[in-house]
Amino acid sequence: MEALTYFALLLDATLRVSAPLVLAALAGLFSERAGVFDISLEGKMLVGAFAAGVAAHYAGSMWVGLGAAILVSVAFGLLHGFACITHRGNQIVSGLAINILAAGLTILLGVTFFRQGGRTPQLPTEARFTPITLPGAEALKDVPVLGALWSELISGHNILVYFAYAAVPLAAFVLYRTRFGLRLRAVGENPEAVDTAGLSVEGLRYQAVIICGVLCGIAGAYLSIAQSAGFIKDMTAGKGFIALAALIFGKWKPVPTLLACLLFGFLEATAARIQGAFDLTGASDAVRRAAEALPFVIEALPYILVVLLLAGFVGTATAPKAGGIPYVKER
Amino acid sequence: MSNPLPLWGGVGEGAGEFRLRRMVQDAPDLIPGVKHTPAQAALGEGVDVIPPAIELRHIDKRFGAVHANRDVSLAVQAGTIHGIVGENGAGKSTLMSILYGFYQADRGEVLIRGVKKTIARPVQAIAAGIGMVFQHFKLVEPFTVLENIVLGVEGGKLIARALAHARGELARLARDYALEVDPDAVVATLSVGLQQRVEILKALYRGAEILILDEPTSVLTPQEADHLFRILGALKRQGKTVILITHKLREIMAITDRVTVMRRGEVVAERETRATTQEELAELMVGRKVLLQVSKGAARPGAARPGAGRLAVEDLSVVDASGVERVKNVSFTVRAGEIVGIAGVAGNGQSELMEAIAGIRRAAKGTVRISGGAAHGNARDLRRQGLAHVPEDRRRMGLVTAFAAHESAILGYHDDPAFTGPILLDRRAIVAHCAAQMRDFDVRPPDPHLASESFSGGNQQKMVLAREIGRDPEVLLVGQPTRGVDIGAIEYIHRRLIALRDAGKAVLLISVELDEIMSLADRILVMFDGRIVGEVQADKADERLLGLMMAGIDPRTPREAA
Ligand SMILES: Nc1ncnc2c1ncn2[C@@H]1O[C@H](COP(=O)(O)OP(=O)(O)OP(=O)(O)O)[C@@H](O)[C@H]1O
Ligand SMILES: [Mg+2]
Repeated sequence: MEALTYFALLLDATLRVSAPLVLAALAGLFSERAGVFDISLEGKMLVGAFAAGVAAHYAGSMWVGLGAAILVSVAFGLLHGFACITHRGNQIVSGLAINILAAGLTILLGVTFFRQGGRTPQLPTEARFTPITLPGAEALKDVPVLGALWSELISGHNILVYFAYAAVPLAAFVLYRTRFGLRLRAVGENPEAVDTAGLSVEGLRYQAVIICGVLCGIAGAYLSIAQSAGFIKDMTAGKGFIALAALIFGKWKPVPTLLACLLFGFLEATAARIQGAFDLTGASDAVRRAAEALPFVIEALPYILVVLLLAGFVGTATAPKAGGIPYVKER
Repeated sequence: MSNPLPLWGGVGEGAGEFRLRRMVQDAPDLIPGVKHTPAQAALGEGVDVIPPAIELRHIDKRFGAVHANRDVSLAVQAGTIHGIVGENGAGKSTLMSILYGFYQADRGEVLIRGVKKTIARPVQAIAAGIGMVFQHFKLVEPFTVLENIVLGVEGGKLIARALAHARGELARLARDYALEVDPDAVVATLSVGLQQRVEILKALYRGAEILILDEPTSVLTPQEADHLFRILGALKRQGKTVILITHKLREIMAITDRVTVMRRGEVVAERETRATTQEELAELMVGRKVLLQVSKGAARPGAARPGAGRLAVEDLSVVDASGVERVKNVSFTVRAGEIVGIAGVAGNGQSELMEAIAGIRRAAKGTVRISGGAAHGNARDLRRQGLAHVPEDRRRMGLVTAFAAHESAILGYHDDPAFTGPILLDRRAIVAHCAAQMRDFDVRPPDPHLASESFSGGNQQKMVLAREIGRDPEVLLVGQPTRGVDIGAIEYIHRRLIALRDAGKAVLLISVELDEIMSLADRILVMFDGRIVGEVQADKADERLLGLMMAGIDPRTPREAA
């Protein structure tokens, strides 16, 4: 029973840790399926997190915080779009620039506004997204397995977590069942086909970039006003890149991407839990060092997996064919 | 159409407008300003003059420094098949892309059925009833046929209904025009011939009354091309208008009603097909007399070094990535001073054979020897031994399209001391070398600094040939040397290949064009299903015999050759 509870808690943490990854990966999914590669998920999450922290602090409302995060993140997305879609710039360079801009700007503004070393002020509970207890969670608590699952694992998360997981089937539906999704996938594969079918390549790509901005904004808000009670500098800590890795690992498909996010989230949660969890008294130096290194090895696994995937050991990753290439008709 | 989505309303309107115009045209005197074009006058009658399906007036278009269309005017009568011919880079594709709204003209106007239309984007062309099958297809490869068909005309927010509607419509079109294709097949898995059908279906599904086909047959086997022409005939009988761009004058003579000739961005002539000949068209295109078949003397194989097989292929087998044996125990030799042609329907192992000989694909077994040298090696060693290779796909394997012409001109030979010092490339020498090659092979424009992709197909091909022939190889491998190339350039390329032969070199030619094989080769090997199923002396070959052998039947033996 002891082990079971431990495992349930681990899964519970996995859901929490994975939520922003899922949101960011879906953001990347929309952008990249439309042919706009986006390494600036990280940067957009960061500015989103910052904007959420600031706005929630001043307005005293998490909803205002969320709105601000979305707005700012979309603005950065449009910047990326303006550089890559309108001016046909290099998508990697633009993404890189946005990441650098985001990192610098959030620190600069944070320090200027609040003088707390880049932090935004601690938010009161009313200005944060807090856990929701789902109906029946209390009552069913003692029902073995299913009831426990419901009350321990499913219930008790904040609304953004539920949104993140609901967004996956929604994204799949949009992508595969709707006109918009069909066009979006087409423009990422062959923009000329879209153009000659009488559709606007630029229009579709801008729409994709905006959706990407919205989702990154929500992911950022999750970090600063749901998971924590305020913004801390560099708080994304590479999550945007992990999400990107999950997207590649999931081969740009919603459900596999979700699974990749959960896997990566699980690894992160595990790493956090085993840190210092071993009793090392009497262990040799080598064992001690290995135990200390273990969490880092686990945290590095997502990246190692992606490298293996790209090297062809875990199947082939097929990126949208027109991804990364600006659409130029007349030379 | 049983259940038209809103989209088809537009097409219906178009038809109504057409009827109206026609009534107006029936009494032309009542309408001031309605002028007859010369084309209409040629049609005579006068009373029931139908406005041309399409009229282009004074179209002008530049791409940077390139003047692709100069003041082009063109009228195409409704219900006819209209051919457009012209050299590579003459501006045919550009003109049609302007008509389809893919490019925007700098000047000029477009009239559809006598009504002036602004066509700035493809959506407007589609609404005006124009459909286009581009030279390079515009399909989404991972999509199914149905998804490609409905893209852009889904008629609702969800695609399920559009797909169902398209399925029914496709069945009808397949019946009416012999355009069968599996609606659920993924486009990437279809042959080029079938992909082309999808493009035609796409246009018809959008209600196209005017169909433009840009070099549709350059990628087709002869059988597929015949089928396409039957489809075009059916379209014409249904009253649709077809514009056909092609380099093959035989096709023009066989299927078109009128033909327009373009040269260097201008329309230089227009003819009634009945009243012209291939020779006249060729001359109009190129601006000088062209030999449609280059004459050549008898081969003198072995004259240079009697008895020596310059290229000896022995028991060669090739297995592809998916484990299928594509070349099966092939042996043959090519002697100095002869051209050996390999004929066959595309996909019977010729490409794999050629790549294996060139050393860019590993053979499962067997040997390749150049001038009796060491057996096999990689592409680099083979080149050192005097092998040159003009690959089938010049854009993918012959050039680096993003490189300037002079950079592409030394690919594979960049370590030649003539081009490089101890560390740096000698730019000036390379550019001079490229300029000389361009003069020698009449590459247009002769600008070594232009990006390789900016040259038209025929000129790209000349650049690759110039590079490979320029090395004075002992053995030349050439794949599809004139695919998509205009007749002026074909004549030139054929001449150069024969000159190479006469200089005592060995040439191995792989081509799906029977005409080309028959006019160039001294001996013809026929490939079917990975094997060489027969050999024919060129003077004893005819199309029927080769055609049967290409289908795996050797009529000279009682049993099937395969
Ligand atoms: N997108 C483009 N950007 C720049 N230049 C172009 C472009 N398309 C065509 N050109 C140039 O315009 C000229 C006309 O090209 P076009 O493709 O219309 O010729 P074409 O008659 O269709 O030739 P081909 O028989 O080889 O297909 C060429 O010099 C070509 O290099
Ligand atoms: Mg063309």
